[in-house]
Amino acid sequence: MTPRTGLTEHALDVAGLARLVEGPAHGAVVTFVGLVRDHNQGRRVTHLVYEAYEPLAVKALDRIVTEAAAQWPSVQLAVHHRTGRMAIGEASVAIAAASPHRADAFAASRYAIERIKQIVPIWKHEFFEGGDAWIEGATADPENADAREQALRTACG
Amino acid sequence: MRVTVRLFARLRDLAGQGELVREVPPASTVAAVWDDLVSEFPAFAAYASSLSCAVNAEYARFPTPLADGDEIAFLPPVSGG
Repeated sequence: MTPRTGLTEHALDVAGLARLVEGPAHGAVVTFVGLVRDHNQGRRVTHLVYEAYEPLAVKALDRIVTEAAAQWPSVQLAVHHRTGRMAIGEASVAIAAASPHRADAFAASRYAIERIKQIVPIWKHEFFEGGDAWIEGATADPENADAREQALRTACG
Repeated sequence: MRVTVRLFARLRDLAGQGELVREVPPASTVAAVWDDLVSEFPAFAAYASSLSCAVNAEYARFPTPLADGDEIAFLPPVSGG
């Protein structure tokens, strides 16, 4: 059976991820898919290459699932992230959250993507017309309570 | 004792390699390994305030003491998603 969290070099299967979390008690399943965009910071992006520190990235994804379960006990969550080279329009990350009622599924999926951007050791290498650059976002610190609080506030709108 | 250093993203590019093996004195910390790397690769110094680290694929802190055979990873700010 496919694990709830994982990294893959292959195309993400969003429908398969949703099936992992759906159950008869669920009235809602929310899926979020992050796509490779053709522009960033005024640059025309041609493609991205994602690099990960794989063993720690999987543990960080597991941690996000555990954090979400503590916050929204009725939610079932699955998160898969892709690595390697990706063309414009391809899916880099997929999240599925199922719950009895929609509000918790929306909140948990939003929380998951915010936390991915904070604590999962994955890096985007952006290739654009005229050059390339590593994108550097958040200093990864799972114990940073302020960052976690910020993700919760974003998730709960 | 001997430790393995893993470097990612721009740190890997700056060093020209993703994995280094280094001899360090017994009871060295993550910070000591980092300081040696900054001497070797001066451009690393720009990451002093934004860096994360891991020991044996678990997030760690710079004062963490190391043991022979440990794998230390230095992580620039992350950008997944």
